Amino acid sequence: MAATLKDATAIVGIGQTPFAKRLPQTEKELACRAILAALDDAGIAPSEVDAFASYTMEETDEVEVAKAIGAGDVTFFSKVGYGGGGSCATVGHLAAAVATGQASVGVAWRSRKRGSGPRPWRNTAVQLPTPGQWTRPFGLLRPADEIGMLARRYMHEYGATRDHLFNVALACRNRANQNPAAMMYERPLTREMYMTARWISEPLCLYDNCLETDGALACVVVSAERARDCRHRPVYVHSVAQGLPAQHHGMVNYWNDDPLTGPAWTAARHLWKQADFGPQDVDVAQIYDAFTPLIPLSLEGYGFCGRGEGGAFTEGGALEIGGRLPLNTAGGGLSEAYVHGFNLINEGVRQLRGVSTAQVPDAATCLVTAGEGVPTSAILLRA
Amino acid sequence: MTEPSTTGPSATGAATGPSTTTPSTPGATTAEGLLLPVPDEDGAPFWEYAARGELRVQACASCGRLRFPPRPCCPHCQSFDAQWRLMSGRGRIWSFVRPHPPLLPAYAEQAPYNVVLVELAEDPRIRLAGNLVTAPDAPLDSVGPDRLRIGARVQVAFARLGGFSVPRWLLEKA
Repeated sequence: MAATLKDATAIVGIGQTPFAKRLPQTEKELACRAILAALDDAGIAPSEVDAFASYTMEETDEVEVAKAIGAGDVTFFSKVGYGGGGSCATVGHLAAAVATGQASVGVAWRSRKRGSGPRPWRNTAVQLPTPGQWTRPFGLLRPADEIGMLARRYMHEYGATRDHLFNVALACRNRANQNPAAMMYERPLTREMYMTARWISEPLCLYDNCLETDGALACVVVSAERARDCRHRPVYVHSVAQGLPAQHHGMVNYWNDDPLTGPAWTAARHLWKQADFGPQDVDVAQIYDAFTPLIPLSLEGYGFCGRGEGGAFTEGGALEIGGRLPLNTAGGGLSEAYVHGFNLINEGVRQLRGVSTAQVPDAATCLVTAGEGVPTSAILLRA
Repeated sequence: MTEPSTTGPSATGAATGPSTTTPSTPGATTAEGLLLPVPDEDGAPFWEYAARGELRVQACASCGRLRFPPRPCCPHCQSFDAQWRLMSGRGRIWSFVRPHPPLLPAYAEQAPYNVVLVELAEDPRIRLAGNLVTAPDAPLDSVGPDRLRIGARVQVAFARLGGFSVPRWLLEKA
């Protein structure tokens, strides 16, 4: 194979706004603030930006962002679908564009007022005709209901328990308690709180669900060569992958041989195939956590443990600092902020710069994943 | 088991009847606010057969494999020829949830209710979402949580919902 993305590009700037249930600014303004913060972090002028990548669900388009921040001539722009499944692919698309000479300075971003704005599932006027017709009339309304279905089957088939899901929620909350930027910074979680919490969709309780957040984040991708001249230590994009498995159906992945084998498995095969290291060499992981059961599923999919072992993997503090695989070290979607997983990318960069509020000593490799349960993406970062 | 097959009334994509509801129609709910199916062209025959009290699933007319959700061509042999095959209506609960508020108001009124996934006897890879109820027109919370069990055998029935007929599921008598 002639071309490779391996270490050809690096993330050299990260930026974000505050995270809150309600922020006064518009999504457009939040996007601009996060992007300008990321460019300032990189030490790159906005006029040098010539590539953009975001999510199809992003409401602010490239035209608005480019003219507001003062970008120059833009020669690459891309949007990735499937909600939070697109997060890491935004970096992947920029890496591909920069590595192949289509652009030189790429910005990826996500801005969302999901804290104070509408809940998408409440919309009764605009239903997706497929596959909504097969699920929504029966009261399977929300992502929590759709994933709850898989979670119960997973618990039934493999003996995973609510304590395993609690281990996930607790690890994220403990890291958020170390991160002043996290929405749950001053809100410790106990097992009793978890076990007595109100249900959202049995078997999932309140603490199995991510936060609802207003906020925005961005990062800057340039070539490895250019990265050496930027303000901070480069964080190299070592491997990137997207994943849409055969006969996959998105959040309602109910109509194939094995609904519990999701897009993570597909993305992981490609991700590791391109990498110089394997799951056993990952120092810290930022795994998409819209719902706690996505963690055991992803641990299996990305090869940290065998099939059905994802629940047991969480035991003994494995996901805590000092454990086998420190997880979501800024608090993740469960306890830092839920901005479609973009905060996981920025935290991966902080870990490999050595500046996380819950720093894993000498972290040199980090896995970042996008949403499991939808067509997904993932990146391997290395210092 | 007999499996009479017919070609769907909209095999060419020209669906008629209740399926003409468009996705953007605000009236995609019942008067009470329950969501109605918003069929696409591929799915319309399912709802038209349901209106006759028949549970039919799309099958390839060339290789015979069942497929769900319905789609324009067969992922196994790429044939565009389809038929709608009558199912026995028997299945087993593969998984279930019990949604609690916050929900749309018409659902919150019945919460916690159940939503089940039923794997069909004819092909366990086809898992239809629905509700386990004590009678076809009983409320969504009519079966208590103690009777919800993965593996339980169920039988389809049809309930009226707005202008539609939707599948519901009844526990098979032990």
